[in-house]
Amino acid sequence: MFTELNSILNASPDSITPGELIVVSDRQSDASFLVHHFLSFYLRARCKVCFLGLVQSFCHYSAVSQRLGLSLTQAKERGQLVFLEGLKDSLSILIPQERNAESQAMDFLQDPAAGLRSLYEFVQSSVTGSGSSEDWGPPVLLVDDLSVLLSLGVSAGAVLDFSHYCRATICSQLQGNMVMLVRCSGEEEEEDGDEGSERLLKGLTHQCTLTLHVQGLPTGFCKDIHGQVEVCRRRRRGDLQHNQNKLFQYKVHDKGASFFARGTSSAVL
Amino acid sequence: MILKYFLAEGVVCRHELFVAAAQDNPDDILQELPAPILDDVAIPKAVEQPRLPCEPRDSLEAMNIAWRYQNLPKVQSFLASSSRFGHYYDVSKTMEPEIRLAAKCHSFYPPEHLSQSSNTHSPMLESYSALLKSLQEVINREGFDLTAPMSKSRNILRVGLHSLGSALWGDDLSCHDNPKHRHALTTFLYGLRALMRSSLSVAVVTLPSHLIQDRALMGSITRLCDNAIALESFKGSERETNPLYKDYHGRNTHTYLSVSFPSDTHTHTSTRRQCIKAGAGLWMEAGQPPCRPGCQCELVCCCSIRRAPQ
Repeated sequence: MFTELNSILNASPDSITPGELIVVSDRQSDASFLVHHFLSFYLRARCKVCFLGLVQSFCHYSAVSQRLGLSLTQAKERGQLVFLEGLKDSLSILIPQERNAESQAMDFLQDPAAGLRSLYEFVQSSVTGSGSSEDWGPPVLLVDDLSVLLSLGVSAGAVLDFSHYCRATICSQLQGNMVMLVRCSGEEEEEDGDEGSERLLKGLTHQCTLTLHVQGLPTGFCKDIHGQVEVCRRRRRGDLQHNQNKLFQYKVHDKGASFFARGTSSAVL
Repeated sequence: MILKYFLAEGVVCRHELFVAAAQDNPDDILQELPAPILDDVAIPKAVEQPRLPCEPRDSLEAMNIAWRYQNLPKVQSFLASSSRFGHYYDVSKTMEPEIRLAAKCHSFYPPEHLSQSSNTHSPMLESYSALLKSLQEVINREGFDLTAPMSKSRNILRVGLHSLGSALWGDDLSCHDNPKHRHALTTFLYGLRALMRSSLSVAVVTLPSHLIQDRALMGSITRLCDNAIALESFKGSERETNPLYKDYHGRNTHTYLSVSFPSDTHTHTSTRRQCIKAGAGLWMEAGQPPCRPGCQCELVCCCSIRRAPQ
């Protein structure tokens, strides 16, 4: 996990705020480094983590987590981590063969218009299952990423329904947390742009407690600054919605990422 | 052309190839691969006599000072696939058949492969479904699957897929603004990504993006890949006559480079000078594009395809 990001978010593995929905998004950039941060953060916090890895193989996340000082294989073996390897499971459905009865989570690929019920049932059984002997903390659901579901033919409405069901189970019922990655392309102001992703992002942002939006620098490429992150904490006090926005720049390096206020990069100072 | 360079590099490096095309027969594509520049490429010659160990090396006296180099060959006569990055090619010539035939090639051509009964369970088109199945069969049969036991020496499978999304694959992405099979190609690319991640293979896919109007769809397609390059030819456009672009044949926009975190490459937006040496040894001399107002923040390089420097 990134210690600088923890201090920005006022978060620590020792004290987790329950019931949070965190939306990580990017526009013409790549925010997946934040997913690795939250994965290692919640594993260190001894939460039970359900990770829907839909766009990369398990080896990829494992290799990155090794650099952050965690072993995903060990986490899986001791029952702390339930990992859905979406790519691998999808092949048995996309290329028809003898049915693999192990995981039905990706069954929605056969009929994307029917929704994500099978995926939700997988999540539900993962977070409520009591297979391991150890007592883990509140459950956490991590999704990398939701936008790929739109590419596979699932409607934005169905994805929002899925996130709503997950939120009801994990955040409200079990007082756990959720982190979801949504990827957009194109400019925000375009009317005929990425309607599915935009609608999904707006719907999730409305429900969430914290958003982290990653973008490239508006001035173009810089070797020492890889982009900017807008952190927005949404708090509801009574009838009022109180948002707190902060903007940081970041640089991804070998074993982590550093975050700094605009104009305070070490290359500049 | 990038596809041909990619496949040509595969031949030179002795990788196996898998080529799929709907418009041209894959064999025709393989016959048009560019010729490698032969200074340091060994051509397997059937007539070459094996050297007998007792025969003295011709015309080379024994080295007295540099005696350690005595037994090295006079010229570097092997295909250095791992010690150098890429090879050089001559676009004006095609590869010699004997070099090309030394590489093992598999092909997929829809008119030949789609005679079987169609599978109605897949959200993909029949052509994409059959292609994915054929590719998986080759991967499993030839031992490229990562789960296969490491019994023999491993090789790489280079997969070249030509003009996906075009009407010849049965897709209507390039025909309508609201295509009926909107998610067929992206679902196929997801399956292809799954195959690539679970095998010792790498794929290059070409798309007629000028025919696909939906920018959101192009965004989805780009995000499903690890790298995306857009080539824009100046021919026929206003840029052909623009004096700023007179030394260039086209524009190469590196629109997407996925982060393989942690690494020192990152998704970035820039306009900067860059020489792109693609793995196929394509020597693209790239320079800073002329500034134009309102330039989008993209990695844009003007480039021309030139012969490699001698």
